[in-house]
This record gives sequence, structure tokens and C-alpha cells, in this order.
Amino acid sequence: MKTAEQLEQIRQATLARINLRKATSNSVVEVVQDNRAHVMICAGTGCTSSNSEAIIKEFNDKIVFHGLEERITIVKCGCLGLCAQGPVVIIYPENCLYKTVKVSDVVDIVEQHLLRGKKVGRIFGGNLNDVASETEISKFFSKQLRIALRNCGLINPESIDEYIAFDGYKALAKALFTMSPAKVIEEVFASGLRGRGGSGFPTGKKWSFAASSADSDKFVLCNADEGDPGAFMDRSVLEGDPHALIEAMIIAGYAICAHEGYVYVRIEYPIALERLNIALEQARNYGLLGDNIMGSGFSFNLSVRLGAGAFVCGEETALIASIEGGRGMPRPRPPFPAIQGLWKKPTLINNVETFANIPNIVLRGSSWYSSFGTEKSRGTKVFAVGGKINNTGLVEIPMGTTLREVIYDIGGGIPNGKAFKAAQTGGPSGGCIPAALLDTPMDYDSLIAIGSMMGSGGLIVMDEDTCMVDIAKFFLEFTVEESCGKCPPCRIGIKRMLEILERITSGEGQPGDIEKLQELAEVIKSTALCGLGQTAPNPVLSTLRYFRHEYEEHITMKKCAAKVCKKLIKYRIAADLCKSCGLCAKFCPVGAISGDRKTGHIINTHKCVRCGVCTGKCPMQAIGIS
Amino acid sequence: MSCCCNSGVDERKEQLAKIARKYKTTKGALIKVLHEAQELYGYLPVEAQEIISKNLGVPMTEIYGVITFYGQFSLKEKGKYQISVCMGTACYVKGSSLLLEKLKERLSIEVGNCTEDKKFSLEACRCIGACGLAPVLTVNKDVHGRLLPEDVDRILALYE
Repeated sequence: MKTAEQLEQIRQATLARINLRKATSNSVVEVVQDNRAHVMICAGTGCTSSNSEAIIKEFNDKIVFHGLEERITIVKCGCLGLCAQGPVVIIYPENCLYKTVKVSDVVDIVEQHLLRGKKVGRIFGGNLNDVASETEISKFFSKQLRIALRNCGLINPESIDEYIAFDGYKALAKALFTMSPAKVIEEVFASGLRGRGGSGFPTGKKWSFAASSADSDKFVLCNADEGDPGAFMDRSVLEGDPHALIEAMIIAGYAICAHEGYVYVRIEYPIALERLNIALEQARNYGLLGDNIMGSGFSFNLSVRLGAGAFVCGEETALIASIEGGRGMPRPRPPFPAIQGLWKKPTLINNVETFANIPNIVLRGSSWYSSFGTEKSRGTKVFAVGGKINNTGLVEIPMGTTLREVIYDIGGGIPNGKAFKAAQTGGPSGGCIPAALLDTPMDYDSLIAIGSMMGSGGLIVMDEDTCMVDIAKFFLEFTVEESCGKCPPCRIGIKRMLEILERITSGEGQPGDIEKLQELAEVIKSTALCGLGQTAPNPVLSTLRYFRHEYEEHITMKKCAAKVCKKLIKYRIAADLCKSCGLCAKFCPVGAISGDRKTGHIINTHKCVRCGVCTGKCPMQAIGIS
Repeated sequence: MSCCCNSGVDERKEQLAKIARKYKTTKGALIKVLHEAQELYGYLPVEAQEIISKNLGVPMTEIYGVITFYGQFSLKEKGKYQISVCMGTACYVKGSSLLLEKLKERLSIEVGNCTEDKKFSLEACRCIGACGLAPVLTVNKDVHGRLLPEDVDRILALYE
């Protein structure tokens, strides 16, 4: 592709073919009028693990069997976010969603829905355009606003033409031919976009720092080392819409006058890597990467660098050290990467989701983008919602939406009738939000004010069966293992904190432990070298702030009310229910259960390792935790 | 001159040397070369490290330092089927540590080790981003989700 006009030609030609996906038709019973339908099947990691590849093959086979190849197109697409109900299939133009689809359901979708216009009731989830009704699908989508995820579920991520059809690379053409680099930065700044990786730093400001350096050798890096456990926002963008990232990075290169970029992708994301590599090759073939892009005179090259399993490499200076081929150990800042980054050159580094917002900001303008969200947190945020919640999956909401709306309206509430206890945001750097604060708006500053943080977008929901001391210990185990070891406050300090938590959760907590944790936390936060160490104490501080009573119970009463901490719980056989069948004793791995028909069975709590196998084996449900 | 019964092994050495030479002029290529070496050998034995050191021009100490820093690189031989239990937050909250305990018991190995017949190795891994299916484990490239400890026997049977 040599010119922007050629881009436009591809857009028009492809749009004619796939425009039916944006039809506003609502009817699920409407027979495909002009005999055209597109069947989109989610091919993100979640649905792929639930066999969506076999579903795609089955659709293709059935379409061929019925001779429908000219009329029905089968398309693999990115994540729509309804992961708990996957594999998900969407039929356009009627915007109909099928959920928990199995290979054996395909024949019914083809023969009933596609051929006869009758929905398959048992797997029908609802209508994507239906925002007013009380259906599950409607409630899941009606409060969402998909900007970063706009194309996920709508296009085949392995087709650059489909990306182009829905305004792909239009922002790049606009920037290259009608805007100066300074104007691009001005728009990004005016949009109010803040770093979506967790820092919340104003993106436009970062771009202007990188632009201001006179060095002719600069780099644009994308941090795709999404390491927060429970976060899969960036993975979904890479798997569902990789060209959005590529387009944004070229625009960034143009804005700061850099000609080379790298996407640092964690190795644990094989599907994302594959899709990104395909997209890069396509962009190169179309001349959208390389020399003289679209005849503009601007050149930009982009390639991938692999992570190798180190959480700390999500920290920008550690990421840079890793691209340089070494141990991913952070460096003191200043100098900041914008001044001295990769190979000591000025480097702009942004997160995947931050970049995913850029094409729309450039194309539609900063005023459009800043009309969403709140005054200090403009735009939208993608959250990966997991844990004890019905609709686990991916959501994108305007900043300022409350946690209550996310959990109960969009998320469908807590399963099994359990009570909500807390939601954790910010991963190992973040904090928990208790029930009393459910009406907290999800924006950068409100979350910091209550002792948590936005983080990258992982949102883990916990219920009454979660022990908050155990959760704090879980996060510290993670950060202790991932600590690079360079600075003593982190290397030694968080390990001491973990040891205290291990004692507390084993029934060996002592008076003064809470105060020691707090003192260590304050010192580590103010003296650790990088964000990993500085924020590692946050889960402890946050759980102490809202669940101090649980710590006190563990320490003084040696009690774990949630019955999670193994050394503080005892398994008991209820004598009145026990029929002495002996099944529990038979399956006990350590021979801790003894007894006979006369005396009934009892558990020796000293031998018991709290594996819980006996509770599952007892036919009388006589074994429980006390 | 290599004897024919070692030809498979020599092929690997030559392949790795070729890979390392290819990246000699690429800045920061060590991690990429280590990934490819691990693809070839299944892990990173000293022999592989020496070939990389010689052909990429990087000291052995630096290579050792990088291998031991990153969780994905292994100095120990892995099993034919590598089981990784996700210990990300969403999976943990949904009971992945119980899955891990059950696997340790069934395979009689500790985390980070391999069964005697080299069939299975067991790791606890970082979040793989399939949180909608928690709790999750992977066996090589297969992802298994929504698991209970009772499912462990069924999963292992798939790889008999």
C-alpha cells in the first residue's frame, strides 16, 4: 500500500462485505433476508480452552454440508467479555448471542437458526443490542462502553482488511497527513488519558517528555508483560485486535520522532504472541510498517521481544533491562526512560490498553474521549473480573462507575447465595475494598483514597469464605518470590513481613505482630527501589485497615473464622450423624481416623493434615470444620 | 567426526550454534536464544549454555544469571508432559492450591520436579490470563479449566 487512498479503497471494499455486523437489527427471529449471515466464534484463550476451535471446524463442516458457503461466513473473533458463559457464538446481522455452546449444538444453530430463523432456546443468551431489558446479556453489556475493546468480538483479529474496514489505520493517516507531531501530543494530552498499566500518569505528558529530547535515536516500547495475577485485559486486546496496538505505536513514533519500537510480550501468552506476529507481518506487507509509510516520509519498524517469566519485568526500567538481554532488574529513576531508557536512548513506554485508546482519540478527537469518565479520570477502563462472581470475564466501563454496579449489575452478583466480602484491585500492589465501600466510584483517585489503587485492571471478588489474612499472605508470597533482590528493603523487608504472616496463619501469632507489620510496611514503602517493593506492603495495609479483627482473631484467639488457615481449623466427625461405615478412615492419606461400630469414628487432630478428603467421602455428611 | 548413534545429539548442538551465530549482531538477543535453546533441548543443560556462550560471545556467568532470574528457564530436565497449575489470584481464590496438593500426592513429586519415568513434571505458574475458567492448569499447551481436585485423575488419564 503506497498511499492513504489505497487504504481507503481497501476499507470500502471490505466494509461492503462485513458491514452487516454493525446493523442495528434486533430481531432474533428474522430470517436472513439477503441470505447473508456472519457467525462469530470467540477464539480468545478462555473460549479456545473450552474447545472453540472444534466449534469453528464443526460450523465450517456443516456450512459446506448444506452448501451455504456463499451465504454464511464463519469468523473467529476476539473476546466479548462473557467468559463465564463461553464458548460464545454471535450471529450477525441479528446480533444474537449463544452461550456455553458445545460442538453438538452447532447442528441446531445451523439448521434451526441459520436455515429457518428460529433461535435455539436452550443456549440463547440474548440480543447484543438489547440494552433495556432485564436479560442477563442486557445487564452485562448495558453499563459498558467499549472503546479499547471496540473490535473484540466484531472482527477477525487475523485479518488486517477487517481492521481497516472499521476505520483501522484511519487515525494513522490523519496523523501523518493532517497533524503535526506536536498536535498529536496535544490531542492525547487534552483527552485526559492516563496510563492504564497502573501508574495513572498522564499519557500526553509522558509523550511530550519523550518528544522534547533532541536525540535522533528514540524508541517506543509497549509493556505487554501483563503480570498481575487475575488480569487479562491486555491479553484480550492482543488476541482480539492486535492492529489497534500497532497503529497506536506508529502514531506514537510519529509524535515523538522515534523510528523503532518493540512490544515486550510475556511468554505465557502464546495465542496473543501468534496473533501479534501475524498482524505485524500483515502491516509490513501493506507498507504500514517500514520505510515511507503511505508515502508520508515517516518510517517506523516494530518487532516483538519476549519475556521469560518475571513479574518485575512489568516495571518499566526492569523491562528495558530485559530487552537489553539481561536480568530484569530495575534502575533508579531519575533518569526516567523518556530521557534515558533503552540502550540509554529516550524511550516512550506505555501499556497495551493505553495504546489501544490512541487511534480513537486521534480519529474522533480529544473532546469526544474526554466526554466519558470523570473530571480527573477521563475515558474508560477495562477490568478483568474474576473470583467469586457469576459473570467472570472482561468488562469495559466509563471511569466513575461504582464497584456495586460492576459487581451486581454487570457481574451478576456472588454465586451460591454467599455474601460479598471484598474486591481486590491492583493485584499484588493494590488493596481490598470492603462491602461498606461498594459505592466507591472506580477511578484513579477514589481508589487511592480508600487505600487501594486502579492497578492494571484485575478485579478479584471475594466472599464470606475468604480469609483476608490468608489473602494478604498470598500476595506477599508472590512478591517475595518475584522480588529481584537488588534492594534490601524489598529483598529482606517483605520477607520479614511474610514470615510474620506465616506465623499468624499457623496459630503462632504474637501480640505486637500487627504493629511490626505496619512499621515494616511504612519503611519498605518509602525506601524500596521500584514499584514492586514500594507497593508490596499494600495488601497487608489494606486488609489491616478493613479487616483488622480477622488478624486479631488469628493472633489472640488462634481462630480463622473463614475456616481457611489449615493450622487453625479442625475437622470433626459429628457423633450423632456418624454411622461408622469407615469410608473416611479408608481414604484418609495419613491414617488419622480411627474407630469402630461401637464407638463411632473420630479424627486425631494431631495427625490430621486438613486435606478435606474425608468430608467428600462421608455419605452422612457428618464431617465438618470447627 | 561424530558416530551415528550420537547424530541426533550432534544435530542439536549444531542447530543451537547456528541459532546463536545468527543473533550475534542483534543487541539484547540472549533471552531469545535461550528460548530457542530450551525449545530444542527441553531445558538448558550446561552443554547448551556453553554453545551459546561461545557463539553469542556472552560469558557463562551472565548466561547463568539470566537463566536463574527468569521463571520460564529451567536447568532441570522437564517431563514429557509439563503440568503447570495456575496460582494467579482468581485461581487461588477458587482453590488451585488444592489442585496442586492433589497432583503432588498423585505423582509423588514436589513442585519443580519430574516423575522418575520423566513422564510428568509439576510447576506452579504465574497467571496465564484464563481467569474466567478458574481454577486452571495447563499440560503442555492444553488448558484445563473449572477444575476440582476430583478431576485430577481424569486429567492425568488423558496423558497415559
